Amino acid sequence: MKVGSPKEIYLGEARVALTPDSAVQLQKLGHTCLLEAGAGKAAGFSDDAYRAVGVDVVETAAALYEGADVIAKVRPPEAGEIARLSPDKTLISFFYPAQNKDLLDQAASTGASVIAMDMVPRISRAQKMDALSSMANIAGYRAVIEAGSNFGRFFTGQVTAAGKVPPAKVLVIGAGVAGLAAIGTATSLGAITYAFDVRPEVSEQIESMGAQFVYLEFEAAQDGAATGGYAAPSSPEFREKQLAKFRELAPDIDIVITTALIPGRDAPKLWLADMVAAMKPGSVVVDLAAERGGNCDLTVPDQKVTSDNGVTIVGYTDFPSRMAAQASTLYATNIRHMMTDLTPKKDGVVVHNMEDDVIRGATVTFEGTVSYPPPPPKVQAIAAAKPKEKVKELTPQEKRAQETAAFKTQTRNQVGLLAIGTLLLLLVGSVAPASFMSHFIVFVLACFIGFQVIWNVSHSLHTPLMAVTNAVSGIVILGALLQIGSGNWLVVILAALSVLIATINIVGGFLVTRRMLAMFQKS
Amino acid sequence: MTLGIVSAAYVAAAVLFILSLGGLSGQESAKRAVLYGIAGMALAVLATVLSPDVGHGFIILVMIAGGSVIGYYVAARVQMTEMPQLVAALHSFVGLAAVFIGFNTHIEAWRIAGMDEATRSTLSGFAAILAHKTPVELAIMKVEVFLGVFIGAVTFTGSIIAFGKLAGKVDGKAKKLPGGHLLNAGAAALSIILLVAYANGAGAWALVLMTLLAFFIGYHLIMGIGGADMPVVVSMLNSYSGWAAAAIGFTLGNDLLIVTGALVGSSGAILSYIMCKAMNRSFISVILGGFGGTTGPAMEISGEQIAIDADGVANALNDADSVVIVPGYGMAVAQAQQAVSELTRKLRSAGKEVRFAIHPVAGRLPGHMNVLLAEAKVPYDIVLEMDEINEDFPKTDVVIVIGSNDIVNPAAQEDPNSPIAGMPVLEVWKAKQVFVSKRGQGTGYSGIENPLFFKDNTRMFYGDAKKSVSELLPLIK
Repeated sequence: MKVGSPKEIYLGEARVALTPDSAVQLQKLGHTCLLEAGAGKAAGFSDDAYRAVGVDVVETAAALYEGADVIAKVRPPEAGEIARLSPDKTLISFFYPAQNKDLLDQAASTGASVIAMDMVPRISRAQKMDALSSMANIAGYRAVIEAGSNFGRFFTGQVTAAGKVPPAKVLVIGAGVAGLAAIGTATSLGAITYAFDVRPEVSEQIESMGAQFVYLEFEAAQDGAATGGYAAPSSPEFREKQLAKFRELAPDIDIVITTALIPGRDAPKLWLADMVAAMKPGSVVVDLAAERGGNCDLTVPDQKVTSDNGVTIVGYTDFPSRMAAQASTLYATNIRHMMTDLTPKKDGVVVHNMEDDVIRGATVTFEGTVSYPPPPPKVQAIAAAKPKEKVKELTPQEKRAQETAAFKTQTRNQVGLLAIGTLLLLLVGSVAPASFMSHFIVFVLACFIGFQVIWNVSHSLHTPLMAVTNAVSGIVILGALLQIGSGNWLVVILAALSVLIATINIVGGFLVTRRMLAMFQKS
Repeated sequence: MTLGIVSAAYVAAAVLFILSLGGLSGQESAKRAVLYGIAGMALAVLATVLSPDVGHGFIILVMIAGGSVIGYYVAARVQMTEMPQLVAALHSFVGLAAVFIGFNTHIEAWRIAGMDEATRSTLSGFAAILAHKTPVELAIMKVEVFLGVFIGAVTFTGSIIAFGKLAGKVDGKAKKLPGGHLLNAGAAALSIILLVAYANGAGAWALVLMTLLAFFIGYHLIMGIGGADMPVVVSMLNSYSGWAAAAIGFTLGNDLLIVTGALVGSSGAILSYIMCKAMNRSFISVILGGFGGTTGPAMEISGEQIAIDADGVANALNDADSVVIVPGYGMAVAQAQQAVSELTRKLRSAGKEVRFAIHPVAGRLPGHMNVLLAEAKVPYDIVLEMDEINEDFPKTDVVIVIGSNDIVNPAAQEDPNSPIAGMPVLEVWKAKQVFVSKRGQGTGYSGIENPLFFKDNTRMFYGDAKKSVSELLPLIK
């Protein structure tokens, strides 16, 4: 099969779906590669570089669509491009079928198969072709770089001979792939980074990247994770809490990077005009959701604007394209992996296996019909998250209240036990004679001492403890000794026997304990 | 020696006993603590023997000498693995002595009751004390005698059965006569009736009949408890022997006996409580035998047990940085502690971190494993309790489980229907690799299937523990 990549016709798009490296790999799968002349130029790949690895460079787009069986491109096709497709062709590109219904119908009517790279299901096996993630990764990185170039200070704090520089404070909203990449970049530049996400389970990932999770105190167990690891819309109450938190943070934050997207919806407005107004002059907001309306109120898609109080708001929608060489390399690799799955025998024959979860999920038109949306994948993307027990940070007051409460219950318990104990003692004392009571008091006190002392015995010494108490319980010998002087021969015999066995007990118990304890050695 | 001096000696002895038990809080102070105990006991016995009114000095001397020789002989000969049996056997002695002393008191009281006033005034010692009791005091004394004999008798047969089970002379399985606990309850109820009868003047027959009933209760109670619950049983019997001594102390009006008995009794009670807590079971359910509270079928276990040979285990050990060894009763049975100690020494000299994780109920006696490891010269500071080490398992490369089963059973946490659900266990399955040294594929003492053996990171190292570990030794670099 011939795999070809046309030049992107979208204005300003610099990426290309085929690189010399990926062409080599594709040829190993038995395919031949085509390229429209100049398609890689903006990404830094010359036609000669392609020719050098055996790619057939054709002059016009028409020739490419004519010659290639599989057309790989980056941006969703425009109507003119779709018109060039025919039943035996396969198009692989971003497509966003949910937003591009008309294009989808048009593509289906041509009879061509369309594989949408943005529809690759999020399962482990498909990660290597997850172009959304690889692009988001670049966007996150680039967002920090853009912010840096518009920010008049260092990211990292420094103490120099010319004075002390405070570190920049960066807030990343939305910890998806782009958000995490932004966190990683910002922290490695030395900024103090905070991050927020509606899915509490990502707090670990956030912290692993070196940022601080902005914790939201919310009563109801808010779990913003929908299936497939994407965020779900949040309740109005939760949203209010969230905005209040942002409002509180806004004056301190130098750079805000928003990446909050909910699949199939407009971007939620999270950084409102009043928050921008609260920021210091010179601060920067980078809105990675600009293409879908933006997370910031003031965002203008594709433009960099400055607010009245001097805050720069970057609304570019083409961050990956701004790093075309890197983005093309990664995207071309994603495409190549998709082709690997489509060419199971590595013989250059494309098998469009609609039973395969990944291929089925990504295919939006097949043999003249629209096959979007796909059935849910057989393999669950991410195991349903277990409800996480939140350890609530206690305020000092709450802690004190708790301690007081614990102290009170303890006091109550102890007083209760004492009262019951006293009552029992009184009861016994009211019937028993004085001679008994004196012994009884000794008994109660001894029990009390025993309970106090034994709790401190180390676990590892429980066997010696038993041996010692066993030896000590040989104290019954005293009873036998006191009785042995009796005038009754039976008493004498029984007492004598008791003395004998109690002695065995005492001697045996103590000796064995000594033997045991002598063995306990420190390393 | 005057009575005043004797009392002073008793006070000193009581203080020494308390210090002795308190000193067991640490390994080093424990060595001194035993000496306190010995000194206290010597003081008490000496003071009693030399006190006025104690006769038959020659018999006393012979008996103490004989008892000392036997005690010394036994203590010097016993293997550390046989410690549970020894402790159980010694408990039975205390129980028997308590029974004898109770009977003696009865006989003396009966003898004195038959005397006239003139003869009574010539009495000395214990008989004199009895002679001067008022009727109320006599009634109380009868209750005390009765209780002392009852507890002593239960302790006696119970300890003998526990000894038999621990020594393997009696089948360790829980066994009950038809009627089960109703028999025990009936016998106990009958004993209470006899107590009332005895206190109201019934003769020796009530005491003897009750003793027989108590013997039966002790026998039947312990027969009904499985071998795995033995730590609780032994500490419970320990407690009983203390209470028996305290009851005798009341009878004889001897404060030292009361104090010591109460100390031992509360010590045993606390140990039983700790053991029960470690198994997440109530004391009652242990005593009543068998496992309770199963509510549904046990979780299905899928997968298979994968065996491994000594080479495989040795390779993993050579690659590991941190190793945790979890010993159980199986190690004691196989006498593998020396081999395990040698393995530990080799691994440690290779620069690996080796630690031991001890579950509170591992073995057949509280602290059993600690003693065995100490005997094999494993330093006690690498022997850790469950709470100290449980969080470290995810960071551990290799866990070797030697002869333990229920205490590492993940079903306790994962399967709410498991008979041991909720029991705290060592979370060995969180380690990177687990090797289980085990005789064969059986389910072990409690008969509960262990899902640990079927986990992906678990390998079964079949064979006798001592032989298995010895095979490893030459393979460790």
